[in-house]
Amino acid sequence: MFSNPFRSEATAFRFVLATLVYLGLIAVAYFIWHWLALIVFVVLSLGIVWWLRRDADRPAPVVQAPAPSPPGEHRILVVANETVGGPELRSEIEQRAGNEHAKVLVVAPALNSPLRHWASDEDDARAAAQARVERSVESLRAVGIDASGEVGDGDPLQAIEDAIRTFRPDELIVSTHPEGKSHWLERGVVAEARSRFALPLTHVVVDLDADQS
Amino acid sequence: MTSYVEAGHGGHEHHGPPPIHYSSRVSPATLGMFLFIASEIMLFGSFFTVYFFDRVVNHHFTQWPPPGYHRPAFVAGVNTLILVTSSFTMHWADTSIKKGNRAGLQAGLVLTLCLGLTFLVTQIVEYHRLGFNTADTSFAATFFGLTGLHGAHVFVGLTILLCMTIRAFRGHFSPEHHHGVEIGGIYWHFVDVMWIVVYVTVYLL
Repeated sequence: MFSNPFRSEATAFRFVLATLVYLGLIAVAYFIWHWLALIVFVVLSLGIVWWLRRDADRPAPVVQAPAPSPPGEHRILVVANETVGGPELRSEIEQRAGNEHAKVLVVAPALNSPLRHWASDEDDARAAAQARVERSVESLRAVGIDASGEVGDGDPLQAIEDAIRTFRPDELIVSTHPEGKSHWLERGVVAEARSRFALPLTHVVVDLDADQS
Repeated sequence: MTSYVEAGHGGHEHHGPPPIHYSSRVSPATLGMFLFIASEIMLFGSFFTVYFFDRVVNHHFTQWPPPGYHRPAFVAGVNTLILVTSSFTMHWADTSIKKGNRAGLQAGLVLTLCLGLTFLVTQIVEYHRLGFNTADTSFAATFFGLTGLHGAHVFVGLTILLCMTIRAFRGHFSPEHHHGVEIGGIYWHFVDVMWIVVYVTVYLL
């Protein structure tokens, strides 16, 4: 597999030496006989291509299966943003976590506008998501649930994937606004999550306007 | 792509803006330098294209460079040795700080700076002794274009090296925090690689 020769100072230094040898041999061949330079160029280039591709025929490494939860523990991954403090979501979590020792990870993706995203101006989005997730986690802990929280990637599917790698949940709860108000539903986030992740997924709809009225 | 926030019960003591959000296995600074170098390769590529185009369309010349022109291959060869040596001293500086050897870092950076400066001064002196100028022929224009473009990069590299050297003498960098040396070193090696290509292409072949 080809890797970037400028990924570190040490690899860049080795690349300098390799370039020196490669072009040096071509230059020496050129002074002996012009066509020899072409032959050397072709032979060296083919050699480099073979060397770079020598790992391509090897079988891909077997990905280690995620370790299961410890016996008796049930891990629930909750992904939500504005709806993270909604009563419907909280009661769903309480219901699922109530019967056994459950560990809950609440992930709030740091949603941002496209312009701010491209300008790398994520501070406000992350601060807002952090504040929401902290409130949610505190309310869950107040009723005795073992909960922790993370601010995730702005893309909710990426945030789920990241959390799955580190938290290894047994099930997934995705909370959204109702149909018509939810960007996530409009983008098909829930449907995509169902097809992408081999986990039991519960979709909770939280209508914040109805809750406030 | 997540930053862990242990909420509530005294688990979170972070003040100020949230931590930097990393979205890649490569650090942002290294990725930035890589993208910069990629754009530089394209820039040099356009100059090489012009050079080879000029050489191909002027195939009626029985020799290259065209009659009346002389390329100072020997002096440029010595300059190549100087620049390649500077890559060794740069690498020495980087490995020294990784091992906590501050004296090695400082000596390596000073030597690299001196060698780079010698290269640039030699190239400027050689320009004055060439006997042709940019407006003379297309060969002269492409010759000065390629070597001048590289010289400008050496100048930028020397500026970066100077900053790194000043920082090294002010006590910056450590075995844990030496990204400034790493990134500057990558740039310097890139400049070196480009010179080897320019030297072989323009002066030897």
